[in-house]
Amino acid sequence: MTANTAPAKVPAVPGASGAPARPPRRRPASPARRPGWTPWLYLLPALVLLGGLLVYPIYQLGLISFLEYTQAQVSGGEPTTFQGFGNYATLFRDSQFWQVLLATVVFAAACVLATLFVGCALAVLLTRVRALPRLALMMAALGAWATPAITGSTVWVFLFDPDFGPVNKVLGLGDFSWTYGRWSAFALVLLEVLWCSFPFVMVTVYAGIRAIPTEVLEAASLDGASQWRIWRSVMAPMLRPILIVVTIQSVIWDFKVFTQIYVMTNGGGIAGQNLVLNVYAYQKAFASSQYSLGSAIGVVMLVILLAVTLVYLRLVRRQGEEL
Amino acid sequence: MSARTLLRVRRPGRLAAEAAALVIAVVVAFPLYWMVLSAFKPAGEIQSTEARPWTLAPSLDSFRRVFEQQEFGRYFLNSLIVAGTVVIVSALIAFLAATAVTRFRFRFRTTLLIMFLVAQMVPVEALTIPLFFLMRDFGQLNTLGSLILPHLAFSLPFAIWMLRGFVKAVPEALEEAAYIDGASRTRFLWQILFPLVFPGLVATSVFSFISTWNDFLFAKSFIISDTSQSTLPMALLVFFKPDENDWGGIMAASTVMTIPVLVFFVLVQRRLVSGLGGAVKD
Repeated sequence: MTANTAPAKVPAVPGASGAPARPPRRRPASPARRPGWTPWLYLLPALVLLGGLLVYPIYQLGLISFLEYTQAQVSGGEPTTFQGFGNYATLFRDSQFWQVLLATVVFAAACVLATLFVGCALAVLLTRVRALPRLALMMAALGAWATPAITGSTVWVFLFDPDFGPVNKVLGLGDFSWTYGRWSAFALVLLEVLWCSFPFVMVTVYAGIRAIPTEVLEAASLDGASQWRIWRSVMAPMLRPILIVVTIQSVIWDFKVFTQIYVMTNGGGIAGQNLVLNVYAYQKAFASSQYSLGSAIGVVMLVILLAVTLVYLRLVRRQGEEL
Repeated sequence: MSARTLLRVRRPGRLAAEAAALVIAVVVAFPLYWMVLSAFKPAGEIQSTEARPWTLAPSLDSFRRVFEQQEFGRYFLNSLIVAGTVVIVSALIAFLAATAVTRFRFRFRTTLLIMFLVAQMVPVEALTIPLFFLMRDFGQLNTLGSLILPHLAFSLPFAIWMLRGFVKAVPEALEEAAYIDGASRTRFLWQILFPLVFPGLVATSVFSFISTWNDFLFAKSFIISDTSQSTLPMALLVFFKPDENDWGGIMAASTVMTIPVLVFFVLVQRRLVSGLGGAVKD
């Protein structure tokens, strides 16, 4: 099947790969056993990009967080001075930092729980309906998933607009402003985040459920297990690897929410009441030119997410999965 | 398959489940419907406090305002260039890397895999500050390159991780057979492995396309003075005004910005579902 399409690609491809064609060695030994430099050659472009644009910036981030780095150093040519942990001390003394940290953790946790619950519930629902409703729900979910964060944010703000939005009309809330209060603003952002992130969980878990052998579910059903019981005792244990993946992805995405908060609460809400770490770091660095404080906040985020990663790796390892 | 047999077993609940599925589908689709509807509403209806879920006099005024805005087409093109380049180049690079870590055994292989995993966790947004200085030092500020390069790098770890399952699924016997037939490594890579892994590449490209197309932070931070290099999110912000937002313009611009992603999704949706299943199974 591949033979038909392949010849057309011959001339273009070796150049694009960047890997010079080695003369065939005429040795049918499995390449897995005699790799030589080939794997490193294949890895080269990825490693160069990641080294230059991920590893080096992380090093820089750490470095800046230990320096005094403000507008004077950036454009005034003033020498940078080493601050040690000075920036961190400043940050940890600031009560706003702790408030933002707490808000970030609570907000991310709420988003993750809501996303997982809705995503899994709808995935199960998808298995219980015929093709047409399934297609309808799948299409709607893909639409929400595909919507860029920034346009999703603007649409949701408009839907909940006190003057022109339909939601307040339907709910009879009059001119209640959702973005004015701290909690209602967070709730509004949470709804938008839920809307655009449950589809990933739903589609992935649904794909996982379909991979479960039919007999297992049938047997449970014949034994009179309720849908909840089937989920708890049959599906969830079998889907454990998938559930770990979607949970971790959700934690990572929701902990780093930026666009929604920035657009929907207009840069962090009234007097910064809706700031989360990401937006806080951005505002410190680019709005008030305190690049070193912004970097220190970035390092704090990095450390928290690395801790989450380590937990994840331990979970994966305990399952005995080979990498 | 499992779905259908389950249904036969418990029929009474099915209609309720289907009704629930349809209602939820309507609720989930409603924001998108409202966006498109508002984009077509004439100005008077948008400003009206009686928000109606239909319009009797659809108008293109809002779209006209969007397209007449300075260089909107340019922004659109810039977004397409950035996202297109990232999708194609990252797919090729990730394919090579995924092949290396799944079809070869070498020292540091496991270490590398863990590093690709850890790299996914890095809060990219936190790196805006050092990347800003990096781009400035290389004279890349205000160029599309300053958007392409970081997105390329950040889409790689996830793409490699996801492609692993697809590359692994190609049987080793096929590889042996190819070498016995005298194929070189390069030939095997591009003429046998690549077409077989292609569905996986498509599923993976969805993620890199979305994250790049949707990017707001880098576009806002790295394109600071030369607006001819701006991307779509910036064009959208123009319609936000301190006192009264031009909701018609915002909704029309949002519609224009959402359509390419929707088209992309519709094109790949079948492969997406099977692709995700394949990636997480392994």
